[in-house]
Formats: sequence, structure tokens, C-alpha cells
Amino acid sequence: MGQYILKRVLTFIPILLIMSLVIFFIIQLPPGDYLTSYVAGLKAEGQIVDESELDSLKERYGLDQPWFTQYFKWMWNIITRFDFGYSFKFEAPVWSTIASVLPMTIVVSLVTMLFNYLVGIPIGIYSAVHQYSIGDYCFTFIGFIGMAIPNFLFAILLMYGTYIWTGTAFIGLYTSEVLVGLQQGTMQWWEVLGRGDFWGRMAIPIIVIGTSGTCGTLRSMRAQMLDELGRNYVLCARAKGVSERRIVYKYCLRAALNPTVSGLSGVLSHIFNGSTISAIVMNLQLVGPMLYEALKAQDMYLAGTILLVMGFLIVLGTLLSDILLACLDPRIRFSGRRAE
Amino acid sequence: MSEHENQAVLDKKALRAQKKAEKARKKEEKYYLASQWQLMARKLGRHKLARISLVILGFLYFVALFGDFLAPYSLTDYDANSKDLPPSAIHFSHDGKYVGPFIYRTEKQTVKMSVAEKSAAQRAAKERGEQYVPPTNIVTDETTPLRIRWFVHGASYKILGIFESDLHLFGVEGSAKVFLFGADSMGRDLFSRIILGSQVSLTIPFAGTMISFVLGLLIGSVSGYFGGWIDNVIQRIIEVLNSLPSLPLWMALSAAIPAGIPPVQMYLLITVILSLISWTGLARVVRGKFMSLKNEDYVMAAKLAGVSDMKIILKHMVPGFMSYLIVNLTLGIPSMIIGETSMSFLGLGIQAPATSWGVLLKEAQDVSSIAMHPWCLIPLFFVVLTVLAFNFLGDGMRDAADPYK
Repeated sequence: MGQYILKRVLTFIPILLIMSLVIFFIIQLPPGDYLTSYVAGLKAEGQIVDESELDSLKERYGLDQPWFTQYFKWMWNIITRFDFGYSFKFEAPVWSTIASVLPMTIVVSLVTMLFNYLVGIPIGIYSAVHQYSIGDYCFTFIGFIGMAIPNFLFAILLMYGTYIWTGTAFIGLYTSEVLVGLQQGTMQWWEVLGRGDFWGRMAIPIIVIGTSGTCGTLRSMRAQMLDELGRNYVLCARAKGVSERRIVYKYCLRAALNPTVSGLSGVLSHIFNGSTISAIVMNLQLVGPMLYEALKAQDMYLAGTILLVMGFLIVLGTLLSDILLACLDPRIRFSGRRAE
Repeated sequence: MSEHENQAVLDKKALRAQKKAEKARKKEEKYYLASQWQLMARKLGRHKLARISLVILGFLYFVALFGDFLAPYSLTDYDANSKDLPPSAIHFSHDGKYVGPFIYRTEKQTVKMSVAEKSAAQRAAKERGEQYVPPTNIVTDETTPLRIRWFVHGASYKILGIFESDLHLFGVEGSAKVFLFGADSMGRDLFSRIILGSQVSLTIPFAGTMISFVLGLLIGSVSGYFGGWIDNVIQRIIEVLNSLPSLPLWMALSAAIPAGIPPVQMYLLITVILSLISWTGLARVVRGKFMSLKNEDYVMAAKLAGVSDMKIILKHMVPGFMSYLIVNLTLGIPSMIIGETSMSFLGLGIQAPATSWGVLLKEAQDVSSIAMHPWCLIPLFFVVLTVLAFNFLGDGMRDAADPYK
């Protein structure tokens, strides 16, 4: 077991290195760099740009060097000094820029994950136990619709709905008062969590970002439960007079939960990944929209770091779920390969 | 009745019964002799939702195929006086007389104002920090009914890219336009644009799926068949690709598409981008299947008989799980449709003058514009309908391909 984990951890490092290289390559793929898009913006406003000044700026940021030189410098600073570089767009070190939105991102992700499981699993169980009932049909239909509507459009629909019902449009996570407080530093992010208006505004993002995951959980939960309920051991338990409640929750649920739990890493990546466009539409100050801004402005160190952190979390999640699977299934442990 | 006649009736009855039995036997024989594919098709036909989905998809693809004929206007048709017009009301009787379907000419007209009023309004807009937009009202001319005619001549196009024609299924007499689904912010007919956009939105997932099918099949089979270090390297590559969020990939790759290339090439490039991201799932499935199949006796027998690796893969192993692959492909199409929609919605995908459902949904980007013109959400209905239909069809196919059900 220890050997298996060691082997996986060792492959973890080259994957991260290759990934960082791929990320950096992809980010610099669009023509131009941050300065060219910045200068284009200045020129559009009618300002005159001094070419010699531009060259000195280029030299200072190291933008005149080829991309792999930039990459190695960046990587070297990360490894030796834990320095992720400087964000051109936000004019601050990358790490503090990300840190300003990270807590809220984690809060939103955790709450949506909680929503996902708290809603998806019970409904999935209900649907399976009452297969082909009216409730089952309703939930299955909602589940399908939830998977069919692109998340970001669902966000718009919900915002439109609340606008019609309440007369106010909920845009963004914070009220203007809170926003000012956060910007001036008179308020900390954990103080925001205690406010009622924040949770009111959280409702739509949670529903929107949570839904697609929830619908997936619901469907897989239902299918797994149905599989388990048809097994012979259930028949045997029934014949012995075990109560239906005990059969469902003590035996079937445990077996049916297995794939859902091992899919945890996928859910993590999905919340980061799938919520980006929704978060842009809903104007949430989270990591996703920041990444989008950074990519648009070709702010390569910021974008690169965000992607690297995301990738790190996802690879970590896969590793953890692999280890969990290996604990459960000795065949995987011995072959050292994940059985599909 | 004589005995003779009686006998004849009996004979006839016996003959009929014999024929019936023969028919049943043939039917049964057909069932036993049916290939796996015929059995699948039969099972699929019994799946109600899948059948309905198939009909809906058939209809949508038919409309897309003859889109230029069915859409009353072309992609470039616009009308400055009909910006953001709501869907045209279709009337049948004028002045108490039945005339058949017709519309009244509807236009946006600038409100007439005196110079003093106008400058006051301009100043007010400036103070609010907004750009001055002259106020408009929608004016309907109810004096003359404009008939909707079948088979009218309009913008020319090529049917199936071969025959030139300028015939459209319907249109309005005179210079007025009918907007079944309303008009967009540039005064273009949303109905026509949805139909013409479907040509892109419905074919990109197909073409993309084909590319990712080939990639996934090739890479997955190599990885699963050979195993060892090749497998290890390929699996790590898949892990890296999977762990990259798709948004930066789209942004980087679509930014790398040079501006101003012809629509057809752009379309192909976007398809390639989408499929480059989505082949990994299929490759994993194929690899898993190969791992379980390669230890089967018949593969060993083929190897001992000296069949080449490529032939074993393509002739012996792939047919064994082809149905499974096709199900997987069908279930992969919806995510590609949503991918294309998201890309175009963010302005990374299809660019004007070409259009797709995602491009049309760009008009529905914020709450205020939906509140003003709710009809800009109509393309969403078609996206959802298509995705749902593909999902149900895939589900039906999965059930049909499962021999134990």
C-alpha cells in the first residue's frame, strides 16, 4: 500500500511540471503580450505612447525574451522563493491578488458542493425507491432539464425571474455597502458571512452552480440505487424480514454511494471549471472571472498561477480518489493501475 | 350447405391458419437471424422517449438542411427601422372580412420632438452619464393588410450548395417584413437566424464528434492494447488535458485563430478546438474495453495465427464494442453543443457574418435586455430541446445496446 502511494506521489510531480509547461505555452499562444494589449487600449483612448518607454517596460518585465526563458524564470522563482510573479493588470503580486478572492471562492465552492450532495443524494434515493412514481418522473425530468440548460443561461433566467418577482436585480455577491467596506479594508471577508443580505444574494449562485452537479449526482445516484436494489442480497434480506428502511439505508446506500464519492475529484474541478462563465454573467468576484480577465488582458503570470493552482487541486483530488479506491480494491493496489 | 362446400371453407380456414403460422415462424426466424444492429434498432424503436427524440432531431436536421429555403430572410438582411421589434402579430380578418394570414406594417419611429425638448433630453442623458438614444415608439399601420404569401422570391442562395434559387417558403408582399420570433438589436429576423444558425449549431457537434471519435479510438486502442510505458505516457497526457479547465483552452486556441479568415475555415477550426478537448473521455473508455478484451481467447488465437496488431484491433476487437462506442458518442454530443454555445456566447466562437445559437444568445447577456425583449431567449429553447433530445436518444441507445436488458 505504502509503495503504491509513493509511486503515485512520484508521478504527481512530473505531471505538475508538464502541466505548468503546457499552461504557460497555451497562455502565450495568442499573438502579442500584456503590453501590446495595454498599448492598444491607450491608443484607443487617444493617448500617445512613447516607443522607447515601451521598450524599457518590455525589458523590465522580461517580455522581450522568448517564452520558454520566461517560463523557466517563473518556475525558478516559484520553486526557490514561492514567488508567483507580478500581476500587470491588478498591479500587485500575483499571490496577494488571488488571496483577495480565494476565501470567497472556497466558501461558494463548499456551499455549492454541500447543496449538490444534500439535494442530489436524497432525491436520487427517493427516485430509485419510488421508481416510476409521479415524484420520480418529476425529479428525473427536472434533472434532465438541469443538465440540458447551459449554466450561464440558467443564471440569467433566474436573475430575470427574481427581477420580475421582487423588482430588484441581484447582481454580484455583495451590496454596495459591503463592497466599499471590503475595498477600504474596514471589513473582513468573514464578517460578510454573518450578514443576512449576503446569504440572500448567495441563493442564486448556489442554485445555478450547484444545479448541474446536483443533476449529475441525482442521475448517477438513482441508477446506482436501482442496480443495488435489484441484487440478490436485497431479495435475501427481504426474505429474512429485514425492514425496507434498513435495506435501503444500511446496505444499498453504502454500496451505491461508492462511485459518487470516488467522483469527488471530478466534482471539484467541475465547480471551478463550470462556474466560470456563470460567475462572469452573475458578476461574482471569484477566482473564475479573475482568470477570464487575466486571460483577456494577457496577464500571463496571474492566469498561469490560477491555472496552476486549479490543476494542482484537480490532480491532488484524482490522487486522493485513486488512493481511496486502492484502499477499497486490492486488485488495483497490486497491479498499480486503476481498473476502469 | 353441402358437405362439399363445407370442406372448401374448412380448407380455406386451414390454409389461412397455415399462412399465419408461416408468417409467425418467419418473424421468429427473422428475430433469431437478426444481426446485433437490427436487434438494437428494434429495441430502440420500442423506447418511447428515444423515438420521440429521434423524430424531433430528424425534424431539426431537416430544417437545417433546407434552412435557406425555409428561412424567409438571409443572414445579411437587416432593417434599420425594425430594431428590437417584438414578434409580428399575425391576423386573419381585416375590417370584419376574412383575408387569410396577414400582418400590418410595423416600424420603429423616432418620437418627434421640438429642438428645445431634444436638447433637454440630451443634457439629462449626459448628466446620468449615458449615451443619448433618441426615444422611439412602435408604430403600426392598420390601414392596409399585407398578406403572407407562400413561395416568394427573395435573397438568392444555393440549395445543398448546388442548385441556385431565390425561392423562400413564405414571405410578405411589399417591402414589409414578418418577424415570427421578433427582431434583434440590428433589425434582423430572429426566426431566419435561428434556422440558419442551426446549420452551424447542429453540425459542429457532429463533425467534432467524428474527429474526437477517430482520435479517441486510435489513442485509446493503442494505449489499451499495448499497455506498458506507452499506456503510462498516454494516460498521463490525458490526465494533464483533463485537469486543464476548458475556458483557457478555448480562449487561447480561439485567440490563435487569425482574424478575417473565411467562415468555413473558422467553423472547421472551432470544431477542431472543441474535439481536441473532448477526445480524452472516449480514449479512456476505449482503453478500458481493450484491457478487458485483450485477454480473451479469440484475441490470443488471432495473435497465434499471426494476424497483425492493426488488424486484430480493427477487425477483431473494435466491432466487439462498437455499439458501446456509438452510445458514448451520442451522449457526448450534448456537451459539445453546450460547449459551442458557451464559446460563442463569450464571443470566442463563431464570428459575424456567420451565426449560431450561441451567437444569438449573446443578445440575452444581461437582465435588462431580457426584460426589454424577452424573445431573445427563444434560441435557448432550441438549445435545450436539442440537448434533451440527444440525451434521451443516448439513454435509449444505451438500453438498446445492453444485451442483458
